[in-house]
Amino acid sequence: MTVGQMRVRIALTALVALILTVLPLPTWLDVLRPAFLVLTVLYWSINTPRAGGIGLGFLCGLLLDVFQGPVLGEHALALSIVAYIAVREHQRIRSKPAFQQSLLVLAALVVYEFVVFAIDGWTGHPVTSPLRWLHCLTGAIVWPPAAAILSYSEGRLA
Amino acid sequence: MTAFGTAASRPLQGRGGSPGFRFTLYAVLAVVVMYLDQRARYLEHVRFVLQAAAYPVQLVVNSPPGAWRWIRESFQTRESLRAENERLRQRQRDLELMSMRYEALAHENGELRGLREALPPVADRWLPAEIINIQLSSLRQRLLINRGVSNGVFKGQAVLDDRGLIGQTTHVGPWSAEVILITDPEHAVPVRVDRTGLRTIAVGGGDGSSLALPYLPANADIRSGDLLVTSGLGGVFPEGYPVARVTEVHREAVQPLAQVRALALSHINSDTEVMLVWFRQGHPASPAASASSTAEVKSGNAAMQPLAAPARASPAPPRAEETPVRAAPAARRAPTPAPAPSPAAPPDDSSTPAPQAEAPQPPATQAQSPPPPADTPAEPPRLQP
Repeated sequence: MTVGQMRVRIALTALVALILTVLPLPTWLDVLRPAFLVLTVLYWSINTPRAGGIGLGFLCGLLLDVFQGPVLGEHALALSIVAYIAVREHQRIRSKPAFQQSLLVLAALVVYEFVVFAIDGWTGHPVTSPLRWLHCLTGAIVWPPAAAILSYSEGRLA
Repeated sequence: MTAFGTAASRPLQGRGGSPGFRFTLYAVLAVVVMYLDQRARYLEHVRFVLQAAAYPVQLVVNSPPGAWRWIRESFQTRESLRAENERLRQRQRDLELMSMRYEALAHENGELRGLREALPPVADRWLPAEIINIQLSSLRQRLLINRGVSNGVFKGQAVLDDRGLIGQTTHVGPWSAEVILITDPEHAVPVRVDRTGLRTIAVGGGDGSSLALPYLPANADIRSGDLLVTSGLGGVFPEGYPVARVTEVHREAVQPLAQVRALALSHINSDTEVMLVWFRQGHPASPAASASSTAEVKSGNAAMQPLAAPARASPAPPRAEETPVRAAPAARRAPTPAPAPSPAAPPDDSSTPAPQAEAPQPPATQAQSPPPPADTPAEPPRLQP
C-alpha cells in the first residue's frame, strides 16, 4: 500500500470522525461524546506515522476549528501536539496491551483538552465547566473498539 | 511514491524532516494563524471561504433529522392538520384583535412625542431562517442558520423568534451564519426592567435557558416576575423587544450586589426556525447606524455614545458592549426640542464625534437623577446645540 492510497483512506476515516463529532446530540450526551477526530489522528499517528502524523493532526485540527473553534488554529495546535507525542512514542505505544494503550490515550486526550482549555482562556472564550474534561474518559474507554474498527478499515481495503 | 512500496508502515527516517522539526513548523503555523485570527482579524475572508467549504458537510449532517421531520410531516393525518389549522386561525384572530388598536396607538404616541407623523415600525424587513441542526461547540450556546451574506445577513444582526430575543450573528458565511445566543456566557445584552425602567445588562447564564443580571445593587427595585426588554443601547438590538423574565432575586446583607437570574423568553431549544431582522436606519428606537461594526465599541444612539470605549477588556467581538445608564445629558437638557429629523432620513451625525463634545460634562448628573424614563433611548439623535 502506497502512502497515497493510505492518505485517501485516512482522509475518509477523518471525514467520518468529523461527522460523528458534529452530529447533533442532546447536551448530556454531547459532553460524553468522545473526541472521535482526536482518536482517529492518534490511531494513524501511532500505526502509520509516515502517512499520518503531525501534518494530519494540523489539518484535522484546522477542520475542527472551522466547525467548532472560537479561533482558527486552536484545535490545530492541540492536535499537532498530540500527534507529535504519538509519532515520537509510536513504537512504544504500539507494543502495549490494550488496557495500557487506553491509559496512554487518556493522557493524550487530557493534554489535548488542556491545550484547548488554555487557548480558550487566553483568547477570551473561556468555558470553565468541569464537564469539558469528561470526554477524555469516554475517549479512553472507546479507544479499544475504535482502534479495532480503524485497523479493520486499514486491513480490509488493502 | 510507488518506489517506496509499503512506505506507509515503515519507520520514518530521513524524509520530510524529523518529527520534532515538523512539529515546530506546524506549531508555529498554528500560533501565527491564531494570532492573525484573534488580534489582527486578517482571516475574516479566509474564514468566510472555510465556512462556505464546511457548509455541504453541515447540510449532510443535518439531513437525517430533516428527512425524519419531512417524513413525519407527510404522514400527518387529516385530523391533526385540521386541528393545527384551527389553532392557527384562532391565534391569527387573537393577534388581529390585539393589533387593531395599534395604528391609533402609534399615531397617538407620535403626537405625544411631538413628531409630525407617526413613526413606521422599527423592524423594516425580516427573513425566516432555518436552524441547521449541528453541534457547533459543546458547552457554548451557538446556532447555525441557513442564511448568509447571499441573503444580506451581516455580522452583529439581531435574531429573534416569535417570543423574544435569541441572539446575534457572529460569523457570517456565504450561505450560513453562526448565531451566539443570549444565554451564552460570552454574550451580554443591555436590558431594561419593563416595570421600573431600570437599566442593566443581562449576561448569559451558560445553561441554555437562563441569564444573569450581575450588575444590580442590592437595593435595586427588581422582583421575581419582572419582564426584561432590550434597552436599545449597545448598537445591536433595538429598543423594546422582550428578552427574559426574572425568576429569582437573592439579596444578602453582606453583598453589595443582588444576585438576579432570569429565564429567556425565546424557545431556543425547541425552535426550528428563527427570524433575522433588519431595522430601519435612523429610527429613534433602532440601533445605531454603525451597528454592523460591533468589533469596535460603539454605543446605540449616535447622540448617546459613551465618552470613550469602556476600559474593560472585552475580548469577544460579538459582545454588545456595556454602557447601560449613559443617557446623553445634552440631548435631555435642550430646553426647546429641535424639530425632529424625518424618520426616514439617516442620522447625519452618526460620524461626527459627538461624545468628545460632551466629554467635559461630569457624569455625576446621571448618578443623582433617577433611572431615566423609558423614552430616553428613543430620543432622536441630535447634533449638540
